[in-house]
Amino acid sequence: MIDVIDYRAGNSPSVIYALERLGLECRLVAKPDEIAESERLVLPGVGAAAATLDSLRESDLLDALTQRVQQDRVPFLGICIGLQVLFEHSEEGNTPGLGWLSGRIRRFDDGLRVPQIGWNEVRFTRSHPVTAGLPDRSHYYFVNSYYADPADPVDALGRTEYGIEFASVVARENVVATQFHAEKSGGLGLRLLAEFAAWDGRC
Amino acid sequence: MLTKRLIACFDVIDGRVTKAQQFQDNIDVAPAEDLAARLYDDQIDEIVFYDITASAEKRKIDLETVRRVARHVFVPFTVGGGIRSVDDMFEVLKAGAEKISVDSMAVRSPEIIREGADAFGRQCIVLSTQVKRVGARSGIPSGYEVFIDGAREATGLDALEWVRRGEELGAGEIVVNSIDRDGTASGYDLEVTRAVADAVNVPVIASGGAGDVGHIAAGLTDGGAQAAIVSSILYSPRFDRNLGVRELKSALVEHGVPMRPYLEST
Repeated sequence: MIDVIDYRAGNSPSVIYALERLGLECRLVAKPDEIAESERLVLPGVGAAAATLDSLRESDLLDALTQRVQQDRVPFLGICIGLQVLFEHSEEGNTPGLGWLSGRIRRFDDGLRVPQIGWNEVRFTRSHPVTAGLPDRSHYYFVNSYYADPADPVDALGRTEYGIEFASVVARENVVATQFHAEKSGGLGLRLLAEFAAWDGRC
Repeated sequence: MLTKRLIACFDVIDGRVTKAQQFQDNIDVAPAEDLAARLYDDQIDEIVFYDITASAEKRKIDLETVRRVARHVFVPFTVGGGIRSVDDMFEVLKAGAEKISVDSMAVRSPEIIREGADAFGRQCIVLSTQVKRVGARSGIPSGYEVFIDGAREATGLDALEWVRRGEELGAGEIVVNSIDRDGTASGYDLEVTRAVADAVNVPVIASGGAGDVGHIAAGLTDGGAQAAIVSSILYSPRFDRNLGVRELKSALVEHGVPMRPYLEST
């Protein structure tokens, strides 16, 4: 069972539709006791990092989420803002993040058209079970004004260029996260979701 | 490298896609979910859905059709028509859309753009504009005026001033829909598309008039747009021969436009 965290600023329906299309068992979860028993978690997201964290905090989900992912080590997939909240700090609203990964979220240069919206190329920098079925230099759908700058380059599993080169897929232990919207990246995005569903959380 | 996007646009009436010419004489094409499924399989980059009679009939958007389409579409999906409040937007997002398109309603109540962007993020709010060449005059320095309500009502707003205001209020993308070119297959209005692309810093989408690959390529190069909306060329029964997404994209690449590559097996 894949549990998709539901909160107001999220796009959880799209993720559910994608998992259903793959024939995977999934449900929306919005209560701490549901997350406490979860076997596999997806944190989708759109909008702003601070609003996402506030929303999770107000729903009393943060402690359960941290316990389940950081202590119990269940497989976790963050999408878009679900990637950005994992780091220590975000320039968006100058807000602290969860700090599960070291590094910062920075804003694209003003010279660029922001948000970046569209299909951009991901170059995979090492192998990982969740991205094993994806061709190197393939395209995924991005919508972002900010990007991840991990302190430890090993955490970057995929890299993408928009003005600068940034970490578009990150992974550490049982956590993997994509800046692009896997649920909206056509056949390859669905393939990544299927690989996540089969992953034991180890790499 | 960020590629350019090819977006299929649906004008939906009672759950079915229709095709108009200069905002009139809609003819029936296909059920929205069937056409959406076919274009998704053909690897379209994005789909935009307008419930074109919701606003005039003063009813809420057809959420059931939105839901049915969303279940077939694993690329971005934008929905517009009949959206009057942040609560309406929330309903549409919960039905499976990623983005909300606002048009006439935003001209009447521009604050809806700010409220939507505050609630769901700038990336969620697409400002769609209907623009018509009227010639430069007092109040319309660019020579392009904004129209609303299916191109029937002139607003007295200058197109460039309106899109700048929309960006300030929080729109994450701007659609430039040329009333003069809509459904004519004579090419996008490149002049106004380029002027809008130069006026704002968010992505700009060319719309209205694409009849062949050269028109689309021109919109994405000379027109300065990041994405192009097409409809007739893909599925209008008024066209002798419709083109598939794959054909269109490979021809665009030959014109030097970077596109998401077609995948042989997914």
